[in-house]
Amino acid sequence: MTDSAIVRRATRRPARSDRLWLVGGGLVALVALAPIFGLVFFAARGSGTLWPHLIANVLPVAARTTALLLLGVGILVTVIGISTAWLVTAYRFPGRRLFEWALLLPLSVPSYVMAYAYLDVVHPVGPLQTGLRNLFGITDPRGLPFPDIRSLGGAILLLGFILYPYVYLPVRALFVMQSASMLEASRTLGASRFRAFRTVALPLARPAVAVGVSLALMEALNDIGASEFLGVRTLTVAIYTTWVTRSSIEGAAQIALVMLAIVFALVVIERLGRRGMNYSGPRGNKPAMPQPLAGLAGLVATLLCAAPILFGFVVPASYLVVSAWRRVKLGGLPAELWIWTGNSLLFAAIAAILTVAIGLFLATAGRMSRRKTLHGLIRLSGIGYAIPGTVLAVGLLVPIAGLDNWIAELVKGIWGRSPGLILMSSGAALILAYCLRFMAISIGGIEAGFTRISPSIDMAAHSLGAGPARLMGGIHVPLLSPALAAAGLLVFVDCMKELPATLLLRPFNFETLATYVYGEAARGTYEDGAIAALVIVVIGMLPVALLARAGTRDRRRPVVG
Amino acid sequence: MLSLTRLIQGAAAAALLATTTLSAQAAGEVQAPGEVNVYTTREPGLIQPLLDSFSKETGIKANVIFVKEGLAERVATEGANSPADLLSVVDFGNLIELADRGLTQPIQSAVLEEAIPANLRDADGQWFGLSMRARVIYASKDRVTDETLTYEDLADPRFKGKVCIRSGQHPYNTSLIAAVIAKDGPDAAKEWLGGVKENLARKAGGGDRDVARDILANLCDVGVANSYYVGLMRSGKGGPEQVEWGNAIRVILPTFKDKAGTHVNVSGAAVAKNAPNKENAVKLLEFLASEPAQEIYAKANFEYPVRAGVAADPIIAELGTLTVDPLPLTSVAKERKQASELVDVVGFDG
Repeated sequence: MTDSAIVRRATRRPARSDRLWLVGGGLVALVALAPIFGLVFFAARGSGTLWPHLIANVLPVAARTTALLLLGVGILVTVIGISTAWLVTAYRFPGRRLFEWALLLPLSVPSYVMAYAYLDVVHPVGPLQTGLRNLFGITDPRGLPFPDIRSLGGAILLLGFILYPYVYLPVRALFVMQSASMLEASRTLGASRFRAFRTVALPLARPAVAVGVSLALMEALNDIGASEFLGVRTLTVAIYTTWVTRSSIEGAAQIALVMLAIVFALVVIERLGRRGMNYSGPRGNKPAMPQPLAGLAGLVATLLCAAPILFGFVVPASYLVVSAWRRVKLGGLPAELWIWTGNSLLFAAIAAILTVAIGLFLATAGRMSRRKTLHGLIRLSGIGYAIPGTVLAVGLLVPIAGLDNWIAELVKGIWGRSPGLILMSSGAALILAYCLRFMAISIGGIEAGFTRISPSIDMAAHSLGAGPARLMGGIHVPLLSPALAAAGLLVFVDCMKELPATLLLRPFNFETLATYVYGEAARGTYEDGAIAALVIVVIGMLPVALLARAGTRDRRRPVVG
Repeated sequence: MLSLTRLIQGAAAAALLATTTLSAQAAGEVQAPGEVNVYTTREPGLIQPLLDSFSKETGIKANVIFVKEGLAERVATEGANSPADLLSVVDFGNLIELADRGLTQPIQSAVLEEAIPANLRDADGQWFGLSMRARVIYASKDRVTDETLTYEDLADPRFKGKVCIRSGQHPYNTSLIAAVIAKDGPDAAKEWLGGVKENLARKAGGGDRDVARDILANLCDVGVANSYYVGLMRSGKGGPEQVEWGNAIRVILPTFKDKAGTHVNVSGAAVAKNAPNKENAVKLLEFLASEPAQEIYAKANFEYPVRAGVAADPIIAELGTLTVDPLPLTSVAKERKQASELVDVVGFDG
């Protein structure tokens, strides 16, 4: 075979598999759009009479609040995520090995728990201010000029400290995978380590930063637990109010769809900005050697990495430990705690596995096929993440209940007895909601991993006669394993924490840890909920630890490339 | 490294297994005799003691789903095959809404008609009120000397920078604002709400218990909150700090300026239109209106029972004698949308 024939064969896309990718992608996108159809169904029922009022009195303020919240959270997660990822990759300093994985811990803290915890801790009659007042001998509870956490600034800080791992995780993975050769090349050309970071490492990390920041911002945008509790009136809160207080699901669906269009436009703009760039650099066979930092520099690095862990994890976790301990002393463990834990684990695990598997299929399709339609379908498949969870769940009710009723009537026609609503009562509806809600995390994470695998590998495999299945199983999956594990972890932890969809779509007598925490908090018996909240956090920590071990192992493994 | 196919096979098997076991259970649950399915917006901790007591007495198994928002949407989309028998909600506005959307059915029951006062149930039996919660004023024991206050007083300039309250969009508050609209008209209500907004010590938000905690912290002097939280705090059910919060406040049962009575909101229940176990749903309703159940409402949840002759919990009784404002609940419900819009117009939560 001549050289040109090899190239032709390698670059020719087999039409049959192209169709497979397209059909598969189309199916996933169709299911992903189901809740949107549901929302359109609701929105179309409304006449839009609310809009004049919304435009005059609600949306301008809500839009401004939302923009400021996103801007603040965006800056915070970018700065914390990138700086800590670079520090633990490029330098050696006291505590680095611990920080490497501990920086992920805030992932396990639900935003509503974060809000409760901090309000309790920093309230004028809470332990922090009371302690300080006793120290200075101040009697008036207002004696300390503490700003109120129930404010936009408070919401930005609290969300920033639990959402930065969304940036840290992909960026760190990328820094680890970046070969030393590029950094060393820049160093031998006389660039300082910082300049190498600014001009080489950071630009190469852009896709990972973009994915991480957009995930964190979606989380912040769709948060209702913390923002509502802290009195921050975002667009999501406005949707919620329109639905619940004004009893207008129609109006809520209309606002949600408009918001969705804006989010989607922003995502598209960001991707267009990256179009045509290739980020897969040369792969050295060793990662960069971290440079030791001694003395003051080492201390500063240690403090910089410790701060986000302290605020995003240690404070809320200790608060939970103390509250849970009080509750256990009073009345022992709630009898059903293990059942709720089992429910949470089972549903989160099934959803995480499904979501990663489908995400892998879609990301692979995107890599193998150049069809624009397919790439559009892949973007659509992640749409569930851009809709507030409550709204997504309501939108999903329409198609799910429709399908359920259809099945019920069908069975009734055959056996003469209705089986009831199978999808709703089995929890299948809930699993589907989780998958749709978090598909974007899986797709984004896996695509970011793919950018580090050079297309020449695929061509080599093709030219050696490997089909897409073999290429995926034999080469991509092993190379992607850190990215797959990271995506799985994020989805799993997110499902454990998920609240609005779980509340609305669950079967009878079905309680998860998150719904229990919420029910107790709503009743004001926080301490009963603290035990379950602590279990959420502890279970969320386990995969983080596993991932950390996988991460260190990966770096010892010689890299193919 | 797990191969992907194995992974997918495993996941599919697990999903299938979970689904089949759960649906086998569920299929058994939905229409077996001797069961009743409850959809509720009441927190599980508040409704479970009642259901347990019902099951013990009748042998009927109660299945429950605590749905926070979207209960009406879920029942509506489930349609004819919906397993829901009894819809239990914490707010009167939601009860009327369920009936208006045609999700309930009329129930004729002498037992219910005798137990529940006529103004707390629908004339056709579409819904029934089961407990009341008064919207009261928490005032600082140390810094407020007034013995009585009206809701209108919250806009008085002497309380400038001293009022704490949860979001104006919360159903408890929209219902109160709706009552002011119904009594004084929309213009006066707008002026009043603007006045209260001027008096806020902090952004409207948080929960009702935060009002007591903020009074303890000297962040504010007066606030509006529900009566049962006083019981939850002072009884120690929410932990030792909450006892301190509850003891920092003096509770005033306010009236409107017409001095007719205190604003209450009513929780209640309705039988779902497509209830597969209608008889059991009626049994459960009748149980909830019975003396022992009404005592649970009073003792466990610190609410005011609707049934005459059942006493409120001592902690609640010592707040004073409750005179319920006579304005019909339906008049309040009519103004709720306008109340919600008023909250936006004056920028109450801003």
